[in-house]
Amino acid sequence: MNLFKDTGHLLRFAALFVIAFLLFWAIRGFVVPRTFGQYGHYRGAAIGEIASRPAQYAGHDACETCHSDVLDLKKAGRHAHVNCEACHGAQAKHAADPGTFTPAKLDTATLCVRCHSISAARPKNFPQVNVADHANGVPCETCHQPHSPAIGASPAVTGGAK
Amino acid sequence: MNLSRRQILVLLPAAAIAWKSVLAGEPETSPNYTMTDHWWGMLIDIPKCIGCGNCVRACQAENDVPDGYFRTWVERYHVTDENMTTPEVISPDGGKEGFPSAEEDAGKYFFVPKLCNHCADSPCTQVCPVGATFVSPDGVVLVDQTYCLGCAYCVQACPYGCRYVHPTKKVADKCTLCYHRITKGLTTACAENCPTGARQLVDLKNPKDPIHVFLKTHSVQILKPQMATGAKVYYNDLDGSVR
Repeated sequence: MNLFKDTGHLLRFAALFVIAFLLFWAIRGFVVPRTFGQYGHYRGAAIGEIASRPAQYAGHDACETCHSDVLDLKKAGRHAHVNCEACHGAQAKHAADPGTFTPAKLDTATLCVRCHSISAARPKNFPQVNVADHANGVPCETCHQPHSPAIGASPAVTGGAK
Repeated sequence: MNLSRRQILVLLPAAAIAWKSVLAGEPETSPNYTMTDHWWGMLIDIPKCIGCGNCVRACQAENDVPDGYFRTWVERYHVTDENMTTPEVISPDGGKEGFPSAEEDAGKYFFVPKLCNHCADSPCTQVCPVGATFVSPDGVVLVDQTYCLGCAYCVQACPYGCRYVHPTKKVADKCTLCYHRITKGLTTACAENCPTGARQLVDLKNPKDPIHVFLKTHSVQILKPQMATGAKVYYNDLDGSVR
């Protein structure tokens, strides 16, 4: 009656299993990122990394803090719902450091035409012009103040001085 | 200190795991932003889209998208009585520099801006073999580019063609719904720069978001509803010919 007689070979085998498991566990600890499985079958920290990228477009609120004069003019006109950066481009750097980064001068010849050149594909109620007939080569801002484009809509129509 | 072979065998893995925990540090979190409070999507108002391409340019500038690749693009449909099921669709350079002028003739024209639909049951995340792409707890389909193998299974799986393999990084890339902006309280670059408000970021978990009234009062459609992807890009007044 000796149950554990001649069990040495079994114990060695069991020890091998334990060692293999510990090795697997150790290697797994190294290769699987710590936050993997935090929210699901992916690395949880990736969400924070993606969110931490800097933005290029500052957003309309950032413009309002300094340029309230332009905004007052814009609010009354038909471009009220066009955000500043839609024409002026990405200005997050300018918002962070207005001295070093200044917005580029805009060319109305290409900018206005992007939206307002005539095309049957555009919605019917959207203001469109046949560029060649409409202005005869005269720059848009000669008649239209870009921030409040209807002619005579604002006293600030000064031949595009703004 | 004398360690037996057995003690070393036990201590080494334990030490390895402890060191691993030290290296990993705490996961990053955005301050003042609770993921579970949001469920992001987008509203696209087709009758407002003028095809100016501002969204495509803004997306490229914001997200450093390489030339010839698009996280969002604009298509122009031309549907006539004869080609209802096979409409003529153009998207020159993704609509980045606008579209050629269209002549008034038989049929109708309209623009369809496209982007990742941020599906709730996304086919792309289901096929990823390593867990590098996923739907975040706030409903945005993201790619963990440090984990992606670049196998492009997800590129094939997306029914909307919204993914590509980045030409230099060699990993899957796609629209993040400007996750780095929306978690800071900004809107997406495309919505910020849309001059007519045809694109709007929506938060379906926010009871004050105008999307709830909009969905009740308008004829709103998603793309490929038969695929049951749970797409969250809502198209107002979408023509039946759009695929």
